[in-house]
Amino acid sequence: MRGVDLARRAAIAAGFVFLYGPILILAAMSFNASKLVTVWGGFSTKWYLALIEDTAMLDAARISLEAAALSAAIATALGLCAAVSLTRFGEFGTRTVFFGAIHAPLVMPEVVLGLALLSAFVAFGMERGFATLVIAHATFTMCFATVVLVAALRSFDPALEEAAQDLGATPFGAFVLVALPCVAPSLVSAFLLAFTLSLDDLVIASFSTGPGATTLPMRIYSQVRLGVTPEVNAISTLLLAFVGLVLGLSALATRGRPSGAADLA
Amino acid sequence: MPKRFSLARRLVLGVPYLWIAVFFLAPMALIAKISLSRPAQARPPYEPVFSLSDGVGGFLSKIQTLTFEAYRSFGEDRLYLDSYLNSLAIAAISTLVTLLVAYPFALAMARAPARARPILIGLAVAPFWTSFLIRVYAWIALLKDEGLVNHALMALHLIDAPLSIYATNLAVVIGIVYSYLPFMLLPLYSALERQDPLLREAAADLGASPAQVFLRVTLPLSRAGVVAGCLLVFIPAVGEFVIPDLLGGSDTLMIGKTLWTDFFANRDWPSASAAAMILLALLIGPLVLAERARLGAEGRPS
Repeated sequence: MRGVDLARRAAIAAGFVFLYGPILILAAMSFNASKLVTVWGGFSTKWYLALIEDTAMLDAARISLEAAALSAAIATALGLCAAVSLTRFGEFGTRTVFFGAIHAPLVMPEVVLGLALLSAFVAFGMERGFATLVIAHATFTMCFATVVLVAALRSFDPALEEAAQDLGATPFGAFVLVALPCVAPSLVSAFLLAFTLSLDDLVIASFSTGPGATTLPMRIYSQVRLGVTPEVNAISTLLLAFVGLVLGLSALATRGRPSGAADLA
Repeated sequence: MPKRFSLARRLVLGVPYLWIAVFFLAPMALIAKISLSRPAQARPPYEPVFSLSDGVGGFLSKIQTLTFEAYRSFGEDRLYLDSYLNSLAIAAISTLVTLLVAYPFALAMARAPARARPILIGLAVAPFWTSFLIRVYAWIALLKDEGLVNHALMALHLIDAPLSIYATNLAVVIGIVYSYLPFMLLPLYSALERQDPLLREAAADLGASPAQVFLRVTLPLSRAGVVAGCLLVFIPAVGEFVIPDLLGGSDTLMIGKTLWTDFFANRDWPSASAAAMILLALLIGPLVLAERARLGAEGRPS
């Protein structure tokens, strides 16, 4: 069985090198004093220092963080309502339509969703900017939040809530006092999933935002089109580190529970 | 349900329902409508199709102004036809390569010691959470003519002149395989991890060689995971914009990119909307299959 064991380890190692190699090389390059990818000019943090001067990039980062926090909060609240409706209300007349509409954006090509949202904003007479960006992000991330929360509410034993009601709690009281604390870790993962999806999104943001509200991915994208630069490597590394930190915290918060990503497949 | 809670229930269902109706269903109906109108030099830049103020008479007269022009021009315009065919071809090839890369990886993780498995699969899908744009961008520095891959190959004297990978369809395939690998790994891993090891032992006891065990037990039993993974990669890959835009060349035609250019550079809303509708029509089969696969995996009708 030694050969099998070796082959298994080699497959796992090769897989992780492929997954993480490009990201680690990018992070290493952000500390390279030389502008050339293939030349190591010594360790340097000058590209990070250059970022501090780049007010356009900092503004974009602030807008992205604000939009992500706000849209993730809306998405989690809407997702919780939708998940409760789908798991607790039994059959209702247009449940299939609701279920389909909630799940369709998960698999819809981003360009189609972005174009549709933009057309709607123009038709509704809404000026494109921060508000439309938040609405667009809340719309597509609420679908992911709903899937995570539906899984959580399904795995929760309804007998606990029934017991609370037998002891005199109202159905609403039983839900808030019993069910909600039990699914709290999933609320955290739903929020974080919505937050990171919003923070990373380029395509839907490009369609739905206006001149005053350029997001970080849009800013990075316009720089990337001009070529590989150490400043972009630096901001990318910071963003990867930030998402890594959020992910680490969420792993701690949910302590080994299946992650949001696992619920999606 | 008791009557006094029905208002609360209506609110809980009504709020997300209204939101999804206004910001998803209505917009989708709107682009279907725009795809049937002509481009116009106005704001919004298309001729109105219907409006509630028209009344029935107005509605009937507007029906006559509906046009399939935006769709018809696709038949004539090689650009669109080539974009669709190329998107489907690149997505199909990428899906196959992703499957071939992911399968041994997922299998190895599923057969790892039980306590290591959650950490391994967690690390394998973690990149799903990090920026898509940045992960694609990371490959530019690797694939360029003066990039790291060429540099390494030349230093090893495997090649004499740099390979042109960047700005080709090959680079797009590499980008898709890399970016969508977590989507393939997760369903494959869960299908493989669930398999009872006794089945393989039984096959081996009955005289099957390791290759036969794999081909006749492991592989058929992981079919659901293979189908789910392929759909999760193929569907978004067809409409992909970022990867062909950053890694592909000017001759890399993919429908997501063509739609984007039509919209942002040419300001042609009806064409872009029609392109979106055709893209959805192409994907409707895979989308229905994906939905069915998910419902099957959930094991209950919902």
